[in-house]
Amino acid sequence: MKVTIDNITVEVEPGTTILQAARKIGPEIAPPAMCYYEPLKASGGKCRACLVKVTAGSEKDPRPMPKLVPSCITQVQDGMVVENTINQQVLDTRKGIVEFLLINHPLDCPICDQAGECHLQDFAFEHGMQQTRYEEERRTFEKTDLGPNIQLHMTRCILCYRCVFTADQITDGRVHGVLNRGDHAEISTYLEKAIDNDFSGNVIDVCPVGALTDKTYRFKNRVWFTKPVDAHCDCDKCKGDVTLWYRGDEVIRVTARKNQWGEVTAFICNKCRFERKKTSDWVIEGPTKVARHSVISANKYGANKIVPEFARRLAASQYKDVKEGRNLEQLSIQQLPEERFKQLVAPAGESAVAGIRSIQNWADDK
Amino acid sequence: MSSERLKILTANADIPGIETFEVYRKHGGYTAVEKAVKTMTPDAVVEEVKKSGVRGRGGAGFPMGMKWSFLAKPEGVPRYLVCNGDESEPGTFKDHWLMKTIPHLLIEGMIVSSFALGANTSYIYVRGELMYVVKILEKAIAEAKAAGFLGKNILGSGYDLELYVQPGGGAYICGEETALLESLEGKRGNPRNKPPFPAVKGLYQCPTVVNNVESISTTPWIVNNGGEAYAAVGIGRSTGTKLISASGHLKKPGVYEIPLGITVNEFIYSDEWCGGIRDGHHLKAVVAGGSSVPILPAALLLKTANGEDRLMTYESLADGGFATGTMLGSGGFIAMDETSCIVRNTWNFSRFYHHESCGQCSPCREGTGWMEKVLHRIEHGHGSMHDIDLLVDVSKKIEGNTICPLGDAAAWPVASAIRHFRDEFEWHIKFPQEATRPGAVYRGHMELA
Repeated sequence: MKVTIDNITVEVEPGTTILQAARKIGPEIAPPAMCYYEPLKASGGKCRACLVKVTAGSEKDPRPMPKLVPSCITQVQDGMVVENTINQQVLDTRKGIVEFLLINHPLDCPICDQAGECHLQDFAFEHGMQQTRYEEERRTFEKTDLGPNIQLHMTRCILCYRCVFTADQITDGRVHGVLNRGDHAEISTYLEKAIDNDFSGNVIDVCPVGALTDKTYRFKNRVWFTKPVDAHCDCDKCKGDVTLWYRGDEVIRVTARKNQWGEVTAFICNKCRFERKKTSDWVIEGPTKVARHSVISANKYGANKIVPEFARRLAASQYKDVKEGRNLEQLSIQQLPEERFKQLVAPAGESAVAGIRSIQNWADDK
Repeated sequence: MSSERLKILTANADIPGIETFEVYRKHGGYTAVEKAVKTMTPDAVVEEVKKSGVRGRGGAGFPMGMKWSFLAKPEGVPRYLVCNGDESEPGTFKDHWLMKTIPHLLIEGMIVSSFALGANTSYIYVRGELMYVVKILEKAIAEAKAAGFLGKNILGSGYDLELYVQPGGGAYICGEETALLESLEGKRGNPRNKPPFPAVKGLYQCPTVVNNVESISTTPWIVNNGGEAYAAVGIGRSTGTKLISASGHLKKPGVYEIPLGITVNEFIYSDEWCGGIRDGHHLKAVVAGGSSVPILPAALLLKTANGEDRLMTYESLADGGFATGTMLGSGGFIAMDETSCIVRNTWNFSRFYHHESCGQCSPCREGTGWMEKVLHRIEHGHGSMHDIDLLVDVSKKIEGNTICPLGDAAAWPVASAIRHFRDEFEWHIKFPQEATRPGAVYRGHMELA
């Protein structure tokens, strides 16, 4: 099946969602996902951050879809044409979603443990506005403890339901759910019953914000001062593949490993997470490769190679019809002649031009 | 005059004892069941409903026959019919009235419709606040079962049907069909992402049709008299009759069965229907189809933007789009005279949607609360001019971007009130002391009817 996203065509299996297809192309055009989490069944469709415009439904039925669709749960059709970063309506809507997610968010990043690896922070940084239009009092909740090792700070929650699905799907017996309605809805372990389960700690990893935090790590350090290291151990409950977070030579936190999209690749047990905090408990594999372009990690890890890669791919895809015998692999966006650039990118709208220009400038600086 | 009108749903409503099986049967009740199961095939019933052109009476107005024909029919998988009796739209109270007054009409409709769809288990989901209606329906079901119209081998036809009544928990959102199904399954009433639609994966992941109480109640008449007879009533694609819940500053509020196609003017001012606006007052605005639909000022309600008489039909009320039109919706007709404060009314609607948002998707969860707070501020004299544009912008960001139509339902009343009554909002902001005085009435420019 062929699907075209932001003028880049990619071949995917039937049953692939638009989001997965976009991720296959690259992070620059992959829509942001605040609630969708690939390892969790039935996740997605709630945050509306990944809404995209489908300008042609399929080859057979090329009518555009009337509303923006959630890319995380919409399956691609052969010949579908999707606009994400080049569509002004999508970008405006996304700006609105950031605003909605932030109006009741405490914006307490300076004291939040999640800061630096927070998806909401990244999302707001990339798509949000500089100031708020919200003047009213923000909704707050009391902090609650979910068992001895996890703290729930509902005030920060964006109700993505990931932790609910995690509790449902990787632990036995549902001990986790949502109470109440609307902006008063809250995650709860009914009657504050402690989550007593070997895998309950994974709700911390799946939380995109700082609503669920590790009590053994709370206020210990800032993420950007710590060094992530891949390690493994022989564990009888889980696979034992983790990331250790060092400050100096002290392990101050253990988390599951995450992929480029912030999704856990293998869930880990509570013993690995909360109890094995000595280097001697682990076999060290090496430094963790940080692919994410977090607000903070961008400073810390400097340039990763994703952006020029994207530009190269875009250039290559645009050059497909130019039979000059050039090695497409070697092309980059800078090599597009000015007229060709205008012809190809300008119809996509001003924001697309500005986006490509900024990539060019960025690449020139490097 | 009124006796000449064809009544499809309410013809026998005034007969004493119509809620009992004997009286209902004596007046021609359950003949549709006899006719359907003994002489017709399920497909023939579906065909009649298609011919009738009856459209979903819950608000969206989707043709019912078409909805039925979308039902997937895989082998060995049960199919379900679910009746949506969770009527909670402010301004709409027709289903409540219909269920309590003629419960057997709905039961008969459920049997006929279930037969048509091949469902052997069907549910009536009733709004949680109406426990007494649940009891009325359960009594009616027991009577019908005792008479052999429900249960195994109905009237010797070999068709089995079990019918259950399920009270909801009192959430407006459970009137949305997929939230209703979740609730019926015993889960939290969160709307599902669509697709898959209920016709493919509905109740317990099986093909399901969800229909409104009024829609299902039309089926006995359609089976008895034929789809063409039904389609003969009404105009164009708005066929048949419709129950209108009239409320507000009318002389005679109540539930009326109107043939679709009478003029709005006639409906409001004729003695046959609402009898006009209460004495000494004039019509200022109307919410024509339940609180979710756009509010219209009197002038635009009675005449379309082109100057034609507006009719009580799906098409005519929608004429002009949202710029100058509205929707028939569920038929919750709320009339307001010049003493009504549009800002206060909008705030009140907004408060309702804020309270009823399920909280699943961000635009609705956060946006409904935000709009309510801003409207509260304006209503209480603390607004500023940019709040009006803020409201319009927030409503635009919600509309069309949510999982279910509650987001749209919350956005439309706000956007339309500002569209048509911006002066009044500005008056509240410019003269807060005057506007917040108890009993204050906006006396600025407005066209009354």
